[in-house]
Amino acid sequence: STHEYKLNFKKSKEVCLSYVQDAMLQKQWKRAAEFLTFYIESLEKDFSTEYMGPSEMIWRIGTEILCHHSHSSMKEFNSFIEQMKTLGVKRYLKVCLEHAFHLLCNGLIDEAYQNLSLAESWRFGEQTAIQDKEMKLIQAYRGLLDYYSWCKQKNILLEHGQDGFEDLSVEQEMHSCFRKAAVNLKEIIKIPGVWDLFVKCYVDLLEFYGDHNEARQVLNEYAYNSKFPANPNAHVYLYQFLKRHGESKKSLISALKILHDIVPSHELMIDFNIMLQKSKKRKKRRLGLEVIFAALDYAGWKENVKAWSCLARQVKQIVISEKHLDWIKQEWNSRKDWWPAFHFSRYLAKRNWQENESLSYEKALVAGILLGKDCKYFKYVSHQGCKAQVKRFRILKKFVNKHNPVYLRMSG
Amino acid sequence: RDFNERCAQCSEVNWGLTDGGRFYCRSCHNVTERTREVVNTDFISNTRIQTISKGLRKQEKTDGGCEWYVCEGFQLVLKKQAEALEALGVCPQMKDEILCNFWRRYLQKTKQAYCNRPAGETVKALSVCDSSTDVDSEPERPSLLHLLSLSESEGDLQTDCSFASSISKVSESTSVCSGSVDGSLYLMKNRKEKLRMTMPMTLSFCYMALLWLREPMTLSDLLRFVAEGHIPYLNVFQHFPEKMKLYGLDLKIFCVESWPVYEEVYNKMLELAAFLDLPRFPDITDSCFLHPDMLCMKYLMEANLPDELHNWTCRVVKKICIGEADFLTLVPGNKSTRSVKYDVLAAAVIVVVLKLLFLLDDHYEWLLSDFAEERNKNNKEGGPYFEFKKWYKVLKCSLDVKQQKLDEERAKYLWRCEKPLFYSAKKKSKVLKRRQMVVNLQNQFGKLSGSVQPAEKPNPSSFQLSWSEENTDGSCFHGHSLKGILQEKCGLLTAMNPDYWLCTVKLCNEKLCGHLAHYREVDFPQSYHFVLRLFSFLLRIQPSYIHDEVCVIEHKLFNKKLCKKPKYNTGLRK
Repeated sequence: STHEYKLNFKKSKEVCLSYVQDAMLQKQWKRAAEFLTFYIESLEKDFSTEYMGPSEMIWRIGTEILCHHSHSSMKEFNSFIEQMKTLGVKRYLKVCLEHAFHLLCNGLIDEAYQNLSLAESWRFGEQTAIQDKEMKLIQAYRGLLDYYSWCKQKNILLEHGQDGFEDLSVEQEMHSCFRKAAVNLKEIIKIPGVWDLFVKCYVDLLEFYGDHNEARQVLNEYAYNSKFPANPNAHVYLYQFLKRHGESKKSLISALKILHDIVPSHELMIDFNIMLQKSKKRKKRRLGLEVIFAALDYAGWKENVKAWSCLARQVKQIVISEKHLDWIKQEWNSRKDWWPAFHFSRYLAKRNWQENESLSYEKALVAGILLGKDCKYFKYVSHQGCKAQVKRFRILKKFVNKHNPVYLRMSG
Repeated sequence: RDFNERCAQCSEVNWGLTDGGRFYCRSCHNVTERTREVVNTDFISNTRIQTISKGLRKQEKTDGGCEWYVCEGFQLVLKKQAEALEALGVCPQMKDEILCNFWRRYLQKTKQAYCNRPAGETVKALSVCDSSTDVDSEPERPSLLHLLSLSESEGDLQTDCSFASSISKVSESTSVCSGSVDGSLYLMKNRKEKLRMTMPMTLSFCYMALLWLREPMTLSDLLRFVAEGHIPYLNVFQHFPEKMKLYGLDLKIFCVESWPVYEEVYNKMLELAAFLDLPRFPDITDSCFLHPDMLCMKYLMEANLPDELHNWTCRVVKKICIGEADFLTLVPGNKSTRSVKYDVLAAAVIVVVLKLLFLLDDHYEWLLSDFAEERNKNNKEGGPYFEFKKWYKVLKCSLDVKQQKLDEERAKYLWRCEKPLFYSAKKKSKVLKRRQMVVNLQNQFGKLSGSVQPAEKPNPSSFQLSWSEENTDGSCFHGHSLKGILQEKCGLLTAMNPDYWLCTVKLCNEKLCGHLAHYREVDFPQSYHFVLRLFSFLLRIQPSYIHDEVCVIEHKLFNKKLCKKPKYNTGLRK
């Protein structure tokens, strides 16, 4: 280690800071607090040219220490943060916002609301314009808390409604919360970004008050506006909304199509496949096969009975009809090198059979068709199944044996 | 002060000051009723300053301050430092005579006092601050912005832009620029010429006085006492009297933001000695503390090495003639001989001796140690033989602990003091608010620190490491014998080690690159590095300084061999 022989203020404080950081990494909060105490005087020499100056350091480090230190209290934290707010005007709103988060994390919702409201009313010359983004966030979160209040009022109303009471003041309160929330939530989701929570809440509000058009527009914007970052959830929300409102299969399918493109392993792929399988259009059914194969590429789906049953059903149906065998061939082409080891090993056969009979049944069907009756998986499972005299396995065995030529044709 | 009235009796303008603070005409000795009120007798210690024609002192300014000059400030600093040194045991002569005289001579030479025409510059001082907006366009009067950006070698105050811009908007009032009368002038005019006084230079003055008196305090000791807070340096302006208001450019002069560096203080001292036309300093003889024989003994004790090594250090000292008074004594202005850093020299001698006896090539010293250990088993009479391995373990342990402690202390160092500083009256409230916040935060987190006591100032001590022979754990090596690693040859005990490696083949030209050698830890054996590290800790200087000195000594020691064989390899037979 190099010992500083030429020790000046700046270097001395850098060294001090490194001690603070070491202590924090080792969760020695007392020691961190100790060294922070000696670092604090660098506030009196705040070099504004540095990327992260002492005041920001102290804010962040102090926050960390006060969060974790056993002797610190909420009251101490609050007083600390209030001082931090006065330290740097350029950071004022950011500190307010994080303070609010902290209060929320500690369940102090009312205090958080007060803080946000206070911050909202802050004005400071040109800084107000510069910190516009933070201001929007503050308003958005306040809107969120308004939504939360609205929910509470709504629940009270519903309860009272059940009991036969009518409560005008609660209703008025509720509507006022709605207005406040709606204004701010609407604003924030205009800005390109990831606003899942805000979108959901806003849509919830709109649906309650019956403004379905606005809701649909919002969701469409959120999902399809290219300025917004690609977000699978946006499509999920849209799909769920459309489903809730009984929209046509066509629109549901188009909503899920993009989800499939972005996240082929999404849990909604099962619903998607089921819809597609039932479609009258050939292209859709073809897509369905693609979707279910793609989902099962992912390790998370390996033991999903539903997924396998979807695949099994579709494959079975194709084999029986003897039409579109080329579809299976196409899908299998890129998978025949690794799916056998991935899904259909002998080890897995044993395990599946032991742990989940239905799973092994569906998989055996698929294996039998894709790999033929002589493949390890099918042989083992069907043998076990027949031995155990489970009826469907006997049927399965017969089915696969019967359609083995199909397999031979496919693999040839 | 510009006391321009003509004398009532002889019509001359030639004023001096009486003891009572009255102006008197030097031509006819007419004493006037006009008094130059001495603001604070603390400024002056035992001397009468003839301050001439610097203008009448305005007694009270709006903030209750008085006029004061930069050199008065430094005088105060020196006085405080001298008092502290006296408290540490330095003889009072230093403060009362030597330092005073040096300082007076300095003032004379730099024409700040004690001479006929100190400065018609006072007038200019005022007008620099006068000019507000067109400052940049004036070629011979650099703007205040420029002044602020003048940087000294290190330890400079960083100026934040807001300060600079606010100063440039300053208009007529002179008091905003600096608390002292000549603060701005001081920075502007004396930059390169005439050895402008700085805070590190106060230590140069102190050391020079100590050296003159041959006090038992090396420069590294002095600087260590400064760092430990026994000698005022860092926030010494706290001790200025209330009326001496310090702000603006004064901060640049009196507030330091870094610890003084050995080299800087030392070199300035040499410059100063030459500048003041001082004669040859009192001789350093072998009974002086600063003589290598004495210092080696001290450092050997501190490094927990056997006393017997002292014989060897004396031998080396004698062989290369560095114990001579002519070599050791400072002759100011003599550029032909290299001046002596007594502490570094003594440490280097010890390092060379260790290399002579133990080779320190990461190999031989351990073998030798094992050999000594073997011999120790059969050693019944007398003290134990010195084993390098044991010594290394003990020292490394202690050194690591001490070093870690020192590093932590340095990290915890508090630079700010109670007395707030501000550049201008405008900034005052902001600075005070900041200070208040800092204090609050320190309290808040201080409480969370647990039961940690504030760092106590360690008692000043000449020895940083001490070892007691009464320790039964055998951790003191002073009494150990070197016999374990020596052999008898022709009735004499010589080192068993026949080899030596030179630190460097050729010495660099100091004037070109500032060093005689270049030290990189990776290029040298670990044991050598350890030894350097030990002494660099004790002296609080970089290992490379000691390494430089080691190279010089080696070249003197093996001079003949080096001259004889231009081509040689690093293994040399002694």
